[in-house]
Amino acid sequence: MRYRQAIALLALVGLFVALYLWLHALGFGGPIKCGTGSCETVQTSPWAVFLGFPVAFYGVLGYLAVLIVALVALRPAALAERKWNVMLVGLATVGVLFTAYLTYVELFVIHAICRWCVGSAVIITGIWLVAVSGLRRNDGMME
Amino acid sequence: MNRFYVMVGVLAAVLGIGVFAMLRTGGGAPAAAAGAPPTVTDDGFRGYSLGQGSAPIEIVEYLDFECPVCASFGTIQMPTIKEQLINTGKVRWRFRDYPLPIHKYSRFAAHGAQCAGAQGRYFEMQDQLFTHHQWAQTGKDPSNLFRDLAQAAGVDLTAYDACMEAGRFAGRIEFSRQEGDHLLVDGTPTFYANGTKLFPNLRRLPNSDDFKALVDSIIAHRPQRR
Repeated sequence: MRYRQAIALLALVGLFVALYLWLHALGFGGPIKCGTGSCETVQTSPWAVFLGFPVAFYGVLGYLAVLIVALVALRPAALAERKWNVMLVGLATVGVLFTAYLTYVELFVIHAICRWCVGSAVIITGIWLVAVSGLRRNDGMME
Repeated sequence: MNRFYVMVGVLAAVLGIGVFAMLRTGGGAPAAAAGAPPTVTDDGFRGYSLGQGSAPIEIVEYLDFECPVCASFGTIQMPTIKEQLINTGKVRWRFRDYPLPIHKYSRFAAHGAQCAGAQGRYFEMQDQLFTHHQWAQTGKDPSNLFRDLAQAAGVDLTAYDACMEAGRFAGRIEFSRQEGDHLLVDGTPTFYANGTKLFPNLRRLPNSDDFKALVDSIIAHRPQRR
């Protein structure tokens, strides 16, 4: 159960990071808050749009899906079911692969790094590690 | 379990407030650098130029940084023009600002280039502004992006920020624009060679071949020294 709770909290943080980037991409607010990073370079590059939508939009969808699955998996009736752990690992794996692609583009194509993207990459990697650990230790079943 | 849901709720509230605050604050390019100044002064500056002072032909380009055609010309045609005409000593190329009123951030971009120029990085900044020209299509405040580009151009950001905040070159840019008006610049980019407007009847953007033919023609027809 602890693993699923940790995943839900991480997904919640990731959701708001992606939400901020998505709203910014839609034109809300002023310049992106980035410190000394190169967020605008990344956000205004052609790779900031994927299949017609801002990349951050997929982040919102992804984190929302992880959050919902994690919360559903925390229902007492679902705690003993292993399928939720498998589903969380699956979702996190898709997120990690997409993030790896985006990080590659940042480093080797755009040559700029967005701190928010790095933050999101850390969060999704954390979710994946916790999800894999939860699957291996049969999180939920032990409660 | 209940404690966990309280924690989720509190965290969601804190993060929501944080995102809302970040979206509310900031925005707006520094007004001093983004608009025309109330008074226009001639500081004697006549544009950054490429090429040798002894070149027989001087081409002056009036450009607008937000204009996509200027960006296209700068990134596609200029490398060849540099190689064939400027580096060979035939042409000296001078850049003048002509920010069009329809473009929200062109004056701001011109100012960024001038502030970079104050640190000897005008051409590097121009390259950055043209190469990453997506900023001109987003309609979003490019202040932070321009800082990124300035940094990539090798500009010291502390001096750059002070320059932009003060609108140090706003008068210079407006002087250049008014100079363009006097010369009947009617769009960007517009070119002049030794004071004569080029390609007035050309219905497309001139390319490097057009400039090569023009320069060769001028050189072939100029009076021979005895």
